[in-house]
Amino acid sequence: MKDTLAHLKRGERAIITDVSSNAIPLKLLEMGCLPGNSVELVQVAPFQDPMYLNINGSHLAIRKETASHILIEKVTNG
Amino acid sequence: MGKQINVALIGNPNTGKTSVFNALTGLNQKVGNYPGITVEKKEGICKLPRGVKAHIIDLPGTYSLNASSLDENVVIELLLNKNDKDFPDIAVVVSDVENLKRNLLLFTQIKDLEIPTLLVINMADRMNYKGISLNIDYLEEHLQTKIALISTRKNTGIDDLKNLITNYKEVSVTPCLNAYEIDKEYFGNLQKAFPNQLLYKLWLVITQDVNFGKTDRKDFDAVADFKTKSKGDLKRLQQKETIKRYQFINNILKVGQTIDASKAKDLRTRLDRVLTHKVWGYVIFTIILLTIFQAIYDWAELPMDFIDSVFASLSEWTKNVLPVGAFTNLLAEGIIPGLSGIVIFIPQIAFLFLFIAVLEESGYMSRVVFLMDRIMRRFGLSGKSVVPLISGTACAIPAIMATRNIESWKERLITILVTPFTTCSARLPVYLIIISLVIPQGRFFGLSYQALTLMLLYLIGFGTAVFSAYLLNKILKIKSKTFFVIEMPNYKLPLIKNVALTVVEKTKSFVFGAGKIILAISIVLWFLASYGPGKDFNDAENIIKTEYATENLTEEDLQSKIASHKLEHSFIGITGRAIEPAIRPLGYDWKIGIAIVSSFAAREVFVGTLATIYSVGNDDEDTIKNRMAAELNPILGGPLFTFASGISLLLFYAFAMQCMSTLAIVKRETNSWKWPILQLVIMTAFAYIVALIAFQFLK
Repeated sequence: MKDTLAHLKRGERAIITDVSSNAIPLKLLEMGCLPGNSVELVQVAPFQDPMYLNINGSHLAIRKETASHILIEKVTNG
Repeated sequence: MGKQINVALIGNPNTGKTSVFNALTGLNQKVGNYPGITVEKKEGICKLPRGVKAHIIDLPGTYSLNASSLDENVVIELLLNKNDKDFPDIAVVVSDVENLKRNLLLFTQIKDLEIPTLLVINMADRMNYKGISLNIDYLEEHLQTKIALISTRKNTGIDDLKNLITNYKEVSVTPCLNAYEIDKEYFGNLQKAFPNQLLYKLWLVITQDVNFGKTDRKDFDAVADFKTKSKGDLKRLQQKETIKRYQFINNILKVGQTIDASKAKDLRTRLDRVLTHKVWGYVIFTIILLTIFQAIYDWAELPMDFIDSVFASLSEWTKNVLPVGAFTNLLAEGIIPGLSGIVIFIPQIAFLFLFIAVLEESGYMSRVVFLMDRIMRRFGLSGKSVVPLISGTACAIPAIMATRNIESWKERLITILVTPFTTCSARLPVYLIIISLVIPQGRFFGLSYQALTLMLLYLIGFGTAVFSAYLLNKILKIKSKTFFVIEMPNYKLPLIKNVALTVVEKTKSFVFGAGKIILAISIVLWFLASYGPGKDFNDAENIIKTEYATENLTEEDLQSKIASHKLEHSFIGITGRAIEPAIRPLGYDWKIGIAIVSSFAAREVFVGTLATIYSVGNDDEDTIKNRMAAELNPILGGPLFTFASGISLLLFYAFAMQCMSTLAIVKRETNSWKWPILQLVIMTAFAYIVALIAFQFLK
């Protein structure tokens, strides 16, 4: 199943598997949003939007729409 | 001897770059603008060991050399233009120990331009706290640089940094990444076409939209045309480049940095759980705003009363001590009251700048952006519009410049257009004096009525801004992609030195900027009010004496009748009465009319203007407020400043576009006269209508 970052729930972790580079600003890539990096959903505003993430140690917030262009694989807690 | 080293400070936002700049230069700094654009240019001088001096530029914060805003463009333009007089002998990249990985991305890019580059790792005091340890020797060896581990908070490591800068010639210029690795074929062809140029520099020129200094332009025009790839392909290459850079950085940090997560204490998580909470986040934000407004009102009252009485006695003293004559009158009735109209507001403006500086420095402002994005988007704005809207309470000019980091052009344009509705500090003088005249004393749940009125005016400002944004969002047909990325920095206790410098700097520029205009206007007004044409003005004494010959007036009453007759027939009185029909329905007399007209230079002129007009020919030296309270309405009788006319004036000032500097900035930022002219016409017409309705209902 193809999960996107928009489906992540608060406190969950995942690994970024792919980003569709046309829909994602370069700035976000440069902040660490790249395949292979880990991501955790720290906090969400009402309506799950925007999303406050910890990507690879970088703390940033993006909109849900942008998050839906980032493919992930959830890491089961352990 | 006498040799100055050019140093450029570069770094991500929120790395404490400006603290490093302050630590190096102390008070030896000046803030200006880059020629032709409104990006702030901070530079200063730093004394280094052995009598060497360094000229330090604090470049705008940026995450990478791939610029996405005007501010970031400044960085890359300087670094690509060897002929610029500020071209650095050495680049100092400031990084934050907690975000080293991301900060190093920019470092590798600058290094690839073959500029000697030092690495500053700031906030070293947090390493223990976060369980971070660094192998500096290893990092220096593999990043091929010199590292200064410093803490601007604890004031450590600054001398090491100064030493490293002094010995800048020893710093390596070996690049980090070989561009061929990204795409051998493409970069091979590129180098073949331009064999004398640095490959990474060529690549930046192709991917960026940068203006170059005149001398370099010729060399680079051809490069920018070297388009053998589509935009999408170029972006894929940029992505590949970024991945390669991170591989390089990760390999080095794997050995050079260890993080013991079990030792890390996480203040951020705990604070964020509350401050960005779905409910508590908003409650706290509201409480913070309320506190700020109450504080501006209460804390500033004492110093303001003091300043007001000092100026009143200064004026009186001038009249008593200097010889009688036109110059003394100009000083006592024109310049001093005019200046008091601005100096009196220093306490409040300083408090406002203080609060904004603290919100920004502490990292809280980003949380507000996060909380508000979804709500603001509904009105066609971005969460990032909150920063201009809040800092617009200080001044619309920096606020409009602060819209530059809004990614979507439509959201940015709307923010620019509605920001002037927020209550800027120039409106504050007008509000305060009118509120104190027409709103009764008294308290409601511990908040004074007057403070509540002020709060309400701020809310009206925000409300109008947001509502007009909603309308603009529906009307404007602009398609632009909406991106939104914002860093959530660590919470930091604001450094007193940084906050103090910001407050002093901003207050100074506000006072001197406005002061110049106010001084000029008060002088002109004084002349216009002290001289007049024809018999009515020059023969006022005889006219009044004849008119009241039968009545038994005291000398005092007679003098005041003469003075007001003179004023009415002076140049200013004639002009004022010409415009009076237009403003009478709003409840104003011609004196207020003059004050409104002169306010179009800048709003804060209002109080100074009234102060000047009222003091001409008036011998009792009194505070501005008492003089205004004593003014009578010539038509309706009773005090001029009633509840109705006061509210009408407040609303007029809340909505009217009365700031030429703001219009100039909007023209610059939107690159068109269309938007500022629309602002001027629509806002002012709206203000007139609302003030009219308010007065007619309340009177």
